Amino acid sequence: MSASAVELRNVTKVFTSGRLAEGDEVYAVKDANLTISQGEFFTLLGPSGCGKTTTLRLIAGFEAPTRGEIYIQDQPMVAVPPNNRPVNTVFQNYALFPHMTVAKNVAFGLAIKRVPPAEQEQRVKESLELVQLADMGKRRPSQLSGGQQQRVALARALVNQPAVLLLDEPLGALDLKLRKAMQLELKQLQKQVGITFVYVTHDQEEALTMSDRIAVMNAGVILQVGDPVSLYERPASRFVADFIGESNFFAATVVSLQDGRIQARVGDEPVTVSLGEGQPQAGQQVSFSVRPEKMRIDPPQQSPAEALSGVVQEVVYIGTDTRYMVLLDSGERAVVRVQIGCAADLGRFQKGDRVKVHWNPEDARTLSG
Amino acid sequence: MQRKSSISLGAIYYWWLVAVLFAPIFLLIIFSFNNSTQLVFPFKGFTLQWYAKLLESREMLEAVRTSVFLGIGSSLLSTSLGALGAIAITRFKFAGKGAFTAVAAMPLVIPYIILGVSLLIMFNEVGIHLSAWAAGLAHVVISLPYALLIITSRLVGFPANLEEAAMDLGASYWGALMRVTIPICSPALVAAFLICFTISFDEFAIASFLVGTQPTLPVYLYSQLRFPTRLPLVVSLAAILMVVSMIVVLLSEWLRRIGQEPSQRS
Amino acid sequence: MENRQRITFLIGPPALYLLLFFLLPMGIMVFFSFRAGMMGAERNILTLDNYREYLTNAFFHRLLFRSALIAFTISLISVLLAYPLAYYLVFHTGARRVTLLTLTIIPTWTSYLLRIFAWKLILGSTGLLNSLLLTLGIIERASPILIYSRTAVMVTLVYVWVPFVALPIFAALERIDRNLLEAAADLGCKPWEAFLRVTLPLSLPGVVAGFFFAMIPTLGEFVTPLLVGGAQGSMYGNLIQDQFMRALNWPMGSVMSLAMLAVVALLLFLFTRVASISDLLEI
Repeated sequence: MSASAVELRNVTKVFTSGRLAEGDEVYAVKDANLTISQGEFFTLLGPSGCGKTTTLRLIAGFEAPTRGEIYIQDQPMVAVPPNNRPVNTVFQNYALFPHMTVAKNVAFGLAIKRVPPAEQEQRVKESLELVQLADMGKRRPSQLSGGQQQRVALARALVNQPAVLLLDEPLGALDLKLRKAMQLELKQLQKQVGITFVYVTHDQEEALTMSDRIAVMNAGVILQVGDPVSLYERPASRFVADFIGESNFFAATVVSLQDGRIQARVGDEPVTVSLGEGQPQAGQQVSFSVRPEKMRIDPPQQSPAEALSGVVQEVVYIGTDTRYMVLLDSGERAVVRVQIGCAADLGRFQKGDRVKVHWNPEDARTLSG
Repeated sequence: MQRKSSISLGAIYYWWLVAVLFAPIFLLIIFSFNNSTQLVFPFKGFTLQWYAKLLESREMLEAVRTSVFLGIGSSLLSTSLGALGAIAITRFKFAGKGAFTAVAAMPLVIPYIILGVSLLIMFNEVGIHLSAWAAGLAHVVISLPYALLIITSRLVGFPANLEEAAMDLGASYWGALMRVTIPICSPALVAAFLICFTISFDEFAIASFLVGTQPTLPVYLYSQLRFPTRLPLVVSLAAILMVVSMIVVLLSEWLRRIGQEPSQRS
Repeated sequence: MENRQRITFLIGPPALYLLLFFLLPMGIMVFFSFRAGMMGAERNILTLDNYREYLTNAFFHRLLFRSALIAFTISLISVLLAYPLAYYLVFHTGARRVTLLTLTIIPTWTSYLLRIFAWKLILGSTGLLNSLLLTLGIIERASPILIYSRTAVMVTLVYVWVPFVALPIFAALERIDRNLLEAAADLGCKPWEAFLRVTLPLSLPGVVAGFFFAMIPTLGEFVTPLLVGGAQGSMYGNLIQDQFMRALNWPMGSVMSLAMLAVVALLLFLFTRVASISDLLEI
């Protein structure tokens, strides 16, 4: 029994329009390496056009990789067409067959495999119960709401007991409240059936909520793979730090490096940060990121020695937090989020106040790129 | 904002036009019951004798049979080719799509005489005998654009990835077409078939060149126009054909409408 | 790639069919136009004689020109009659307009031959119109002027074309954003001014389309002239038909057909030009 559900080795996908000259190829996916474990809820996350949907389609078999291999349950999929792969897809637009009832839609995959009618009926019934649409069997897709159609699409895929379920931004067409409810339901469902889910979304909050592990992609390249906490707390690149949550970015010159800690200077003020990516030498430039909620803001006299000076430019009150936009003496900007835990936290600083911002070294990490 | 008088002026114009358009048809139908061998006023009395005599005319019944078989044959072929073409056009991108659509649409504007004459030449060169089937081959060319149009209109109303969804669930591509795409198109397929049938059944210009010794109904009718005594029979036949044509067209249009998703316009 | 295979199987059959039974015959016709004759050894000689004969025969040119003129007139009249019809339907009938339009289309789906035949019966000297007028005492003798003339051909063809021509005009008028008319009124236009300045220009693409789609097939008309045209009403299409069915001079007939095809191509080219100018007007 293998632990790997899906494996991509050096997968590249190039779309050429025949008229382009050599070297004008569009890399939809570039040299992707990925191992998805059995029973995982794995998410491909990235902005539009980053290649996440293409990667999903490569796993499903609707596209063939230009280079590299794809394995599903350790079986090579190189010559296997989509209808023979042990995967099923939930499409973004649901793609329910309009001329069939809900029950017939769900039974479609079973009918193709010539499952006996009695068994078909039983499995369809179970599948519909699983998605809480038990008495909708006789309805037509056009009679259902968006949320209900989405569940039918889910049931239609799950009834075939695939090794992997692929979901292509299935919640995109739902309104916010319904989407949030469905996120939890999907997560619970996945735990219940134990099938590996490969989920595609551009919504980083959705990814953080639902996933066991996330792969962040941009421009066809997988930038970082990790569980939500790792990605959030220890982003490896500027893109990931910026795409997931919010980040402040600073440029600094390295003074010394020891035991994973870097002494550096921002402008002429000293700071300490953690080593994230790369092997910076003394005298080199690095960039590092700090999350706004991890930054501290204090009047200059009450700050520790290692802090950056600046002036408060904007104060934005958003109920739970106060956001301070600070223009640092070094010329860079910092956003600091301070939670308002009690009334005394309100209005600590005004526009124009001189302040210093600082952080714990483990909350600041150097980045690549 | 329009003055009342201009509204009723438009209405008068419209209904006058409709009256003029339908007048020949209605006059023919009325006079098919006329108890006289001449098509003149006044109406001389009601009779069904001409319809009775129609059934006795062997040649005419032969022509009807020829036209029906020809119509069915060419419509089946035209609808099938149209379905294949429509699926290719709506689901795939390929070089030459524009060229194909343009060539397929050309028979709509090219004078039928040229189509008839060019096929006459080709059949002669190649050695194909002139017959109803020869005319049928031509009829497919002229009805194909209609079939393409009707079926394409229906297909574009559905999401493009239904075939993919079927394949994801285990069907082969052709299996997906059979189980999903074709069933979805079925109202359009029937509508296209009916329209193609009507076109073939009524067609005279091309058929006159290609039928050889197997006259279709329009060709037969034309040949009878020289005989004044046969006039009432021709009129009765004309009346039947017109009524049947109108019913078929209405049926086809109704099918096309009910088959449309509510989000589409006609 | 599997896609390529599927596309081939899908587009292949209809494309092949059109190639074999539409394009190929045209090509063979071109080849035929160079043949010296129909029989025996003449079949294998290629010559330009047919073209020479065609180009030097003024009768052929005149007939072609006259037929084009007739076709032009018919299309023009059809457009003029169809425009008010379409306008009325689009602007004054509301939700029923498509049904009412369909009503005008239904007769066109009955046999073309039969309707012309019906007109022949109505207009002929022993026909309905004459007998009606006689019965009513309006005239004393049957008048044959209505039948077997160029006028009869034109009346009959206009009758056939008006509903067809109304369709693209209808579509073009429907597409006009009503807000534009409201804006025109807001800026001071009287109703007829708004029509001339806004509605008419915007509907021109449909008018042009209708005009050309009527004129081009009418060029090749031979059935209507055959039935109601008589000697004066003969058109170019009858000439071609004659070459193929009676004179049995197919090479000559091919040349004639190609000449007509050239005019058709010219008209189609004109149409694409005029259509793009109209697009400019639409802005």
